[in-house]
Amino acid sequence: MAKHNDKLVLLIFSIIVLLAPLLLAPTGAAYPDLMQRFAIYGIFAIGFNILFGLTGYLSFGHAAFLGVGSYSAVWMFKLLSMNIIPGLILAVAMAGLFSLLIGYVSLRRSGIYFSILTLAFAQMSYNLAYSVLTPLTNGETGLQLRLDDPRILDAAPVEGVLPSTNLFGLEMREVFWNPTFMGYELQFNYGFYVSAFFLILSFYIAIRIFRSPFGMMLRAIKTNQTRLNYTGISSRPYTLAAFVISGMFAGLAGGLLATMDPLAGAERMQWTVGGEVVLMVVLGGMGTLTGPVLGAVFIKYFENIFSKINAVVLHGWFSFMPTWLENFIVMIIYPFVGKGWHLTLGALFMLVVIFLPGGLVDGAKRIGGLFRRKTKQEA
Amino acid sequence: MGILEVSNVNKHFGGLHALNNVDLNVEQGSVHAIIGPNGAGKSTFLNCLIGKLKPDTGSVLFEGEAVLGKKPHQINQLGIARVFQTPEIFAELTVMENVMIPCYAHRDGAFKINAFARVSRDSEIRIQAETVLEDMGMKEKISQHAGSLSRGDKRRLEMAMCLVQEPKLLLLDEPTAGMARADTNNTIDLLKHISESRGITMVIIEHDMHVVFSLATTISVLAQGAIIAEDLPENIKTHPKVREAYLGEAEV
Repeated sequence: MAKHNDKLVLLIFSIIVLLAPLLLAPTGAAYPDLMQRFAIYGIFAIGFNILFGLTGYLSFGHAAFLGVGSYSAVWMFKLLSMNIIPGLILAVAMAGLFSLLIGYVSLRRSGIYFSILTLAFAQMSYNLAYSVLTPLTNGETGLQLRLDDPRILDAAPVEGVLPSTNLFGLEMREVFWNPTFMGYELQFNYGFYVSAFFLILSFYIAIRIFRSPFGMMLRAIKTNQTRLNYTGISSRPYTLAAFVISGMFAGLAGGLLATMDPLAGAERMQWTVGGEVVLMVVLGGMGTLTGPVLGAVFIKYFENIFSKINAVVLHGWFSFMPTWLENFIVMIIYPFVGKGWHLTLGALFMLVVIFLPGGLVDGAKRIGGLFRRKTKQEA
Repeated sequence: MGILEVSNVNKHFGGLHALNNVDLNVEQGSVHAIIGPNGAGKSTFLNCLIGKLKPDTGSVLFEGEAVLGKKPHQINQLGIARVFQTPEIFAELTVMENVMIPCYAHRDGAFKINAFARVSRDSEIRIQAETVLEDMGMKEKISQHAGSLSRGDKRRLEMAMCLVQEPKLLLLDEPTAGMARADTNNTIDLLKHISESRGITMVIIEHDMHVVFSLATTISVLAQGAIIAEDLPENIKTHPKVREAYLGEAEV
């Protein structure tokens, strides 16, 4: 069997995550809000990969579990405490329960029928959250904190000010260190490090699942379910377990989104959100350990940074050119940046699917292989 | 008392009477071949044994326990392993993993969440898998992807996957279909080796008379959904009903 150096991978992964505020500074993505999104969607994608990457069951319904996580967390912030721990626990538990229910029904079918069932459930959840369950979800407006919420565990708040989410007194939004390094102003805040902690924990759990007999069964389901059944394995409980685990990861991600901004809206349950996580996993490399995180960072970077490049910025870049050339180049590039970022992402996605079926991780491996061959030839 | 007792099995597909009061008794340790012309109901019969089809009437007892109505994985857990016409393996996994999975199924049962156990540290499973692969002569191919194996090696691998479970009964559905003569002979040797060294009872469905007469200790002849003869191989050749229904087509 191939030797895996998982400890080294985990170590490097943790170092990169923990140093993100420094490493991301040159890319312009090193502000707390975006880094936290990277980490949270990374968790979402890691969990989704356990279902989709290992068993091959493609769910479009995981946005529902993200939404359930957010709603649960906000309810805890309203009723119990602004401390994020009870919120996150309820988020994971509720998402687990919800995914058990949806998974039990959807997994009666496989392939395209399974995907369509999960899609239907996600749309149902979205519509329920949007209208019928208004007492629970506050419908269109979204579930928000209010001054008169009970919060029975917390001390009386300052009059007229909404309290903010915290971890035993450490405020999520607070920037605790703000140094200047090589001309970049760095921001280290608690919120990111809480999410980073959960990201590293999720990554560790994913490694353990990948290397366990359980993970091996899940991969066996993807390659030949018939054989597995005739080998004495009942495949349905395995797929259901994978579904629930990935649902719980989605719940955790949803809960963490609520700790960033204690507001939960129905749009978080839209099937497009569930589609986005599919893109993340496919783009990064399905069935790989680091791929989903890479895909999540990639897509969120595009969504937040690439989309901010407007005509003024472009003209700034090419101002050294003669005016007619500058205008021409800006005209060519403009449709692909700013509001057109989806166009670039779509083209990139097609390129990856056609030329790199193993995703970005596969691409990195191929480039690494090229280098190794070159150095061998030179030696 | 046989290890497998089939009595009075009937199966209809619409107007077609595919199996007509089939009775079969497989003795412990025997190699029982089921032969018959095309469309005689051989595959239907096998599918009834493994839980893929449910017969209309009749009973199948394995070591005294009813098999009909059980799911494929439950039937396997009783100790019945199956080799398919085209080898069914986990193509995307390594040869080692292919054998470890049935090994886990045999030890841990149909479902166990062992998400925090490490495959690499389970020396018991690894040693079992390695031993069987060595016995099958596949030791050098342990880390190869199963999908990249030759047809003959895939057959060996599938056999290894069945044997690692130490089954009491091995069902083989035309194990040499579409094989070249040399591969067929290799498979015959392999099956002989398994039957002699491990004493596993086998039920084999086969077209190729060369294979049947090299391996079988008992032969049942199925024609138009009914068993028309059951005897020792040397008697089957001269059985008048058999010659009429089947062997008349080609001299054996």
